[in-house]
Formats: sequence, C-alpha cells, structure tokens
Amino acid sequence: MGKKKAIRTEYLLIGNSAGGIGAAEAIREVDKRNSIKIVSDEPYQAYSRPLISKYLAGERNVDEMLFRPADFYSRNGIDHLLDRKVEHLSLDRRIAQLASGEQIIWKKLLLATGGVPIVPKMKGGDKEGVFTFLALKDAIAINAFIEDDSQAVVIGGGLIGISVTEALMKRKAGVTVVEMKDRVLNTILDETASSIAEEALRQAGVRVVTNQTVAEVTGGDRVDGVVLDNGERIRCDLVVIAIGVLPRIELVSGTDIKVNRGIVVDRCMSTNYPDVYACGDAAEAYDFIYGANRLTPIWPNAYIGGRVAGYNMAGVRAEYRGGTAMNSLNYFGLDIATAGMVVPPDDRHWEVVSQRNNGAYQKIVLNDDLVMGMVFVKDIEKSGMIFSLMKDRVKVTNFRQALLADDFGLAYLPRELWQECLGTVPAGSTSAFGMPAKAEEPISSE
Amino acid sequence: MKRVYVKEEACMGCGLCRVYCLAEHSRTRDIIKAFKRESPRSLPRIRVERNGEVSFSLQCRHCDEPWCVYSCFTGAMYIDEVTGAVAVDAEKCIGCWTCIVACPYGALTRDRDRKVVAKCDLCPGNDVPACVANCPNEALVFAEDGKAGQLVRN
Repeated sequence: MGKKKAIRTEYLLIGNSAGGIGAAEAIREVDKRNSIKIVSDEPYQAYSRPLISKYLAGERNVDEMLFRPADFYSRNGIDHLLDRKVEHLSLDRRIAQLASGEQIIWKKLLLATGGVPIVPKMKGGDKEGVFTFLALKDAIAINAFIEDDSQAVVIGGGLIGISVTEALMKRKAGVTVVEMKDRVLNTILDETASSIAEEALRQAGVRVVTNQTVAEVTGGDRVDGVVLDNGERIRCDLVVIAIGVLPRIELVSGTDIKVNRGIVVDRCMSTNYPDVYACGDAAEAYDFIYGANRLTPIWPNAYIGGRVAGYNMAGVRAEYRGGTAMNSLNYFGLDIATAGMVVPPDDRHWEVVSQRNNGAYQKIVLNDDLVMGMVFVKDIEKSGMIFSLMKDRVKVTNFRQALLADDFGLAYLPRELWQECLGTVPAGSTSAFGMPAKAEEPISSE
Repeated sequence: MKRVYVKEEACMGCGLCRVYCLAEHSRTRDIIKAFKRESPRSLPRIRVERNGEVSFSLQCRHCDEPWCVYSCFTGAMYIDEVTGAVAVDAEKCIGCWTCIVACPYGALTRDRDRKVVAKCDLCPGNDVPACVANCPNEALVFAEDGKAGQLVRN
C-alpha cells in the first residue's frame, strides 16, 4: 500500500470515455459544487474510441479525436487523473487504491471501465506484429508498425474488424478478413445485408474468408503469416485480432458486486452495492428488445447510461429506459443502420417486412405488431423513426403496411403520437406577421 | 428556448417552407440560383409530411434531451449554451449518421457531398427562420416554450 495521503471526493468516476463523461455532465447539471474525480489509465483527455480507425487512416490526429473541448475539465471543475490505474477497490471502506500509491475515498462510485479485447489462445499469438484494436494505443502501435504495401490479416469480421480493415486499406495495405462464421457482421446484420456488405468489401479489394479461424501465427520474432484451420497459409506482416470485446470487470470480480457477463445494474444504473453504479461496455443494463439485462456495448447506451447514473449519484432520480444494440455503419461507401433483432429467433409470432431495390435494402422484424429489429442499407434516413417505434414499444397495427413506403413518415402514426412529436404550439403565439395563425373554417361543397 | 411549431390544421402541405429553407442554406441565398445554378444544390433541413388530408412540416425539435447529441461520438452534435439549440460542428462531424438513427423525428439529413449531417439551425442572423417567414398560411410559428423531447429524465 502506498504511503500517500488519501484524497476524498464526492464522486469518483473510473473511466474517461462515453460513460464517465456522460455521468460527469449529468452530475454538473444538478450539482455544481461537490468534487468529481475521473480516473483513467489512458494518458489522454476524453477521446472517441470509434475514431481510432480515422487516426490509423491518417484522417484525424489525437486533438481531432477529442469529443469535448480542451477546457472541458477545468470549466466543469472536474479533476482528471490520467494515466493512473485503479488497482483495487475496498468497497466497505470506499477506497480506491491506485497503482501510483494514491488512495481515493469516494461517496459515490461509477464503474465506467469499458471493455477489453478478446484474445484467443493461438500458437504464435505473442509475436511482434500481432495487435488488437480497441484503444488509441492500439492504433498508434499499428500506425508505427505498418509500411506501404504491408499485408494484414484481420481476425474477425465484426464491427471492429471491418473498421480496422477500412483504415488499413486507406493506408494502402492489403487485407484479408478471416471470419469464423459464414458471413461478416453476423451479429448485427441479416444474411442479405451481410452479403451486400461483403460485396462492398470485395469491391474495395479486401479478401474475405468465412467459416475459418486462424490456427497459428507463423514467423520468427515477427509475424510472417498465418495458417487457417483448413491448412491454408496466408503471408502477412501483421495480424489484427478483432473477435470481440468483454466487459472489463477485474476490479469487481470476487467482490460483493453482482456480475453476470457484465456488472449487473438496475434501471437507475445502480449495482447491488450501495452507492456504486456502473454503465457502458462494462455493465449489463436493461435491453428493451429482450426485456432483460444484456450487454449492449455501444456508444449511445454508454453515454445515456452514464447520464442516468450521474443524476442518481447526485440524488436526482432518473431511470434508464433501456437500450439495445444499435449501429450506424459506413464503411467502403455503404451506409447501414441496424438495431435490435435483425433475424427472428424462431418462426412463430414473428413477421418480416422487407424490400430491396437499386442497391437499397430495408427490413423490419415484427413480433405481435411491435418492431423488434431493423436493417436499413443505403437509404437510412427513416431508420430513426423506425428505431423510435422500437424504443417506445409502439404497436404498428394500423400502419404496418406503410412502414416501408417511400412516403412513410410521422404522419402515418396515430395522431396523438405525431402531435406529441411536433410539440404543442405555445398559447398566444403569433405568426411571423404578428397575426395569430388560425385554421380556416371548413367550406362545405353544398 | 424558441422553436418552430406547426399548426397542422393550417398547413396545406405546399412545401414552400422546404423551398425557402433550401434557398436560405444555399451559397447565393437566391431562390432561383439556389435551385438552378448551384452545384451541389444545398439541402433543405425541413421535411413536409403528407398522409391523406393531414400535412405538416417538421424540422429538428431542438429537444431538451437530444438523443442525437447523446449518441454522437465525435462531439460534433452539441447543445448551444446560449440559445439552447441543438447544433452541429461540421468540422468534427465525420458523417457516421448515428445521430440519424437516434433521432425519433427523421429530422436529420445526410449531406453526402460534404459527408456531414445537415440540420435545422433556426436560421442564425434572421429574426425569424426562413420557413416561418415564408409560410403562406401562417401555419408555422417561432415561439418560446420549454417542452420538447423529455426522454431520459423522469
């Protein structure tokens, strides 16, 4: 244990990304006075993890990746302890022990620790030239390693795999994506959308290998290739492991805090332990599509969950309405919006409406007239309205035929719903010309 | 904050709001040149919805709890501290369109030429937004009100 004196804080937020910042902003809305400390093991101000692909592509530098202004912490009276790792939590004493020797005593604690990349045991996986792709340090490491015409193998055809693939292609590397299942992006797209995405990858010059895993990474100290399950050898200079992310829960495993796959939280983003909250990729919060707690490691849910946690930590009751998997993808010139269950889990009670034309594809998955999933490819402008129906659990019984119509819009929803969307015209308001606007009396044809 | 509200019963669905919105956000701000000479043509930030006899126009509601802002991972979408309006910093926007999926109203548009999101900015510099000023039936009003989009906090 360190000898340094313990510092006290009202709010201790572990994690400096979407969840931590969401909480800090909510706290400062309702509590301008009490101290907030954010601890992060990364040396940067809050930067956007999804932008690491833009960094690797050479399109953004670190300053351009910050999602809040440079004076964010000072303006909001937030202490940020960067490049500091929390090593241990003494929950009953409310003490966070830092690797630097410092101790922080909290009144309210938020665990916004994010995720860690899944790294499978693989022969040769420790060679120089094997990377993961989750945090800025990963992008920096790959950036320092690759040269023009480097050959890369990306293990995993999910979101992270496709995003690093695009960045590597922009750096003029050759890329082979190795996906274990039969199609890329298989957890967030249906078969049709996957095949459209795969075609876009191929058009861009990416080689896509499905139904295979990498059995071995070959080379001396440095990678010189991989061997697939089927024995095929692929020569390459680097390997990027992108098979998934797990909640980063080492601080709470073995404690009294309930952990399933992630840290289990209620609708207030509170753990089962008093004054300890969690959000983001580390947490398992309510998913309104599955009606149960699930991991939904996406930015919006992390930020909103953090926000809800922040209000509650500051004593203002707020409830997380729930999140679900929702993603907007735009790789290789293809725009895709997806959310919820994009493939019905069984044949009963499920209905699918879809259409495909001119490269565009839209699909809505319904159950008992509730929208449970959606995929929009190319034409994505109306995906927000459909996602909103999903989120608000609106029965589409009376307008289901219109959902994919060209002119679909709020006007097809029940009157009370679109009226709520438009908001009420404030009483006594006048038009641009200073006259109270009014409807004309109906004129009868008789 | 001040928002644009539509009196649906007075809206004819003529679409002039959309025409003037496009012109206002064009380089020349000249309605003819905006449509016939400018390339790429500027984008309107207002939609006109029609279904049978119902019609109304709709632009960003400038929500008090804006899902687009909460969903934006670049920090491009933000709430203007002075006006309370939901605004976009085009320098930061990368055109990921997450805000479009997050917006319940379909009020955001892809500017595919610039690869940034286009949205209602309430026509800064004008006393009254162009859509309101040019609505022939005075169906649009620009008025103060504190309620729109209460989504997270209960």
